Amino acid sequence: MRIQDLLNLTSRSLIAHRLRSLLTSLGIAIGVAAMVLLTSIGEGVHQFMLAEFTQFGTTLVGINPGKATTAGTSMGAFGTSRPLTIADAEALKRLPYARAVVPLVQGNAEVEAGNRRRRTTIYGVGHQMPKAFNMAVKSGRFLPDDDPTAPRAFAVLGSKMRHELFAKENPLGQRITIGGSRYRVIGVMASKGSILGFDLDDTVYIPAARALSLFNNESLVEIDIMYAEGTPVDKVVKGIEDILKARHGRDDVTITTQAQMLEVLGSILNVLTFAVAAIGGISLLVGAIGIITIMTISINERTNEIGLLRALGAKQSQVLTLFLGEAVVLAAVGGLAGLLLGVGIAQLLHIVLPELPIHISMFYIIFAEMVAVVIGILAGVFPARRAAKMDPVEALRAE
Amino acid sequence: MITLKNIHRNFQVGDQLVHALDDVNLTISAGEYLSIMGPSGSGKSTLLNLLGLLDRPSAGSYHLNGRDVTSLSDIEQAQVRNQEIGFVFQMFHLVPRLTAAENVELPLILAGIEPAQRHAQVEAVMQELHISDRSHHKPDQLSGGQRQRVAIARATINQPKILLADEPTGNLDRKSGQDVIHLLEDLNRRGITLIMVTHDAEIGQRAQRQLHMMDGAITHEQSA
Repeated sequence: MRIQDLLNLTSRSLIAHRLRSLLTSLGIAIGVAAMVLLTSIGEGVHQFMLAEFTQFGTTLVGINPGKATTAGTSMGAFGTSRPLTIADAEALKRLPYARAVVPLVQGNAEVEAGNRRRRTTIYGVGHQMPKAFNMAVKSGRFLPDDDPTAPRAFAVLGSKMRHELFAKENPLGQRITIGGSRYRVIGVMASKGSILGFDLDDTVYIPAARALSLFNNESLVEIDIMYAEGTPVDKVVKGIEDILKARHGRDDVTITTQAQMLEVLGSILNVLTFAVAAIGGISLLVGAIGIITIMTISINERTNEIGLLRALGAKQSQVLTLFLGEAVVLAAVGGLAGLLLGVGIAQLLHIVLPELPIHISMFYIIFAEMVAVVIGILAGVFPARRAAKMDPVEALRAE
Repeated sequence: MITLKNIHRNFQVGDQLVHALDDVNLTISAGEYLSIMGPSGSGKSTLLNLLGLLDRPSAGSYHLNGRDVTSLSDIEQAQVRNQEIGFVFQMFHLVPRLTAAENVELPLILAGIEPAQRHAQVEAVMQELHISDRSHHKPDQLSGGQRQRVAIARATINQPKILLADEPTGNLDRKSGQDVIHLLEDLNRRGITLIMVTHDAEIGQRAQRQLHMMDGAITHEQSA
């Protein structure tokens, strides 16, 4: 049998029962649409999260004091880790591939400007922070490259902080008081928004050494290093370990690379997308049961025809192909309609709710259509096999 | 052409074994006109189905053109049905959603013939049976006699050597029935082997060879 004839015969019998075929296809269409829609939202969330995490750049390594491992015995007095110091940060600048090294201290303090006061998060940082974290200065300049142990008392405001403290005034050159010490405002950062609950705009950046004394801290919270793109991350980690081991006498820091974090995050988000696709799959399953039902009914109604086809010289495999073809066409047509429906709704959602991250993935679209066809085959094979195995004499005699 | 030797066909009905055919021996030569008569349940339809390779004997051998066809695979049997045997049924068995021409075309489609060649063949055979003006009608737009003509066109489209007719007039009025019989006899005169099952003695007597069956066996044979 030629393939065009097969398609012609199957579509003829589907068209003969228009309403029934339409409703059966609709079952698959809804399933595929649900899958397209849910995976689009899943992918959207995925990409949104990754973008949130990579907005500081992907070639970042974070160093925190203390080793995040569990040892068998108590280390006693030796167990306390040495603090991470500004001198450590300076030493790390010697790494040949380090593009920027940023010591980081964080704490809460009251900021005063004129008669306005605001309690907020203060970041003590190094002068290379905008470079390392992809942040831009909106006006003025960032903290200068001072002697890191005795920097001048300069402050840079986050964009929200600037509005809270100075409203319409020009903040540059103004004096502010942070935790009782006086600083001069030399710059304002461009808005960065909030990341996972941290508002980076409602903050003040001051030199790290000053923040250490302000919060009476011995140790930095973190040192961030941006390394040259293309450098193997293992080499970077090894270099950091070597320097700090030499300085501290032992390996007492935790190094977290952005690459590791992205990997973990990526795999979590993949599971999320997959789980969402599986929920869509349930509605496809219901559609598949619809196909099985309608094919079973159809074969019962057309028993005579099956007998006739056999008498005219149809092989069992041809009868199987004909009925399987009908199931596959039902599923494939339903699948296509579902794709259009799903993509349409996704676009509509994008217009109505622009904040909802939606990303229509070509991979899932092709995947959904293939799943539909496979479902057609699986759902069709059982009834079609029954048709093929029928005794032609019995089939011809059936009422 | 056809040789049946010690053919048995048993059915299990409940816990009872029914002998639908009980040791049937039969030889049919090419071009013969044969009728099989008998009351219902005598095994005449079973015999016809067996001759048409729609059914397999429980025991015995069936040689068609010198070849043992009982041991053929499903695919080979389908091929024989497609190429060498034509069926005409009491209920016509036309596919309702296809036109008359498409119904006639079915055996060619199953055989994978190219459309151009198919259409020429269909046109020729429908012309011959005087139904070419009905070729685009659906079966429900045709009279009983026309439907049976379409069915005969379909049965003969591959120019089979054997035509098996199972009560071909059973669903027709007297006039159309006679037309159909004349048509079949005409085909027989042109060389086709015609084997017809009927319980209508008047029709059965027209055949050169008349088999009478009872309880799964051929009781006697008459020649016209």
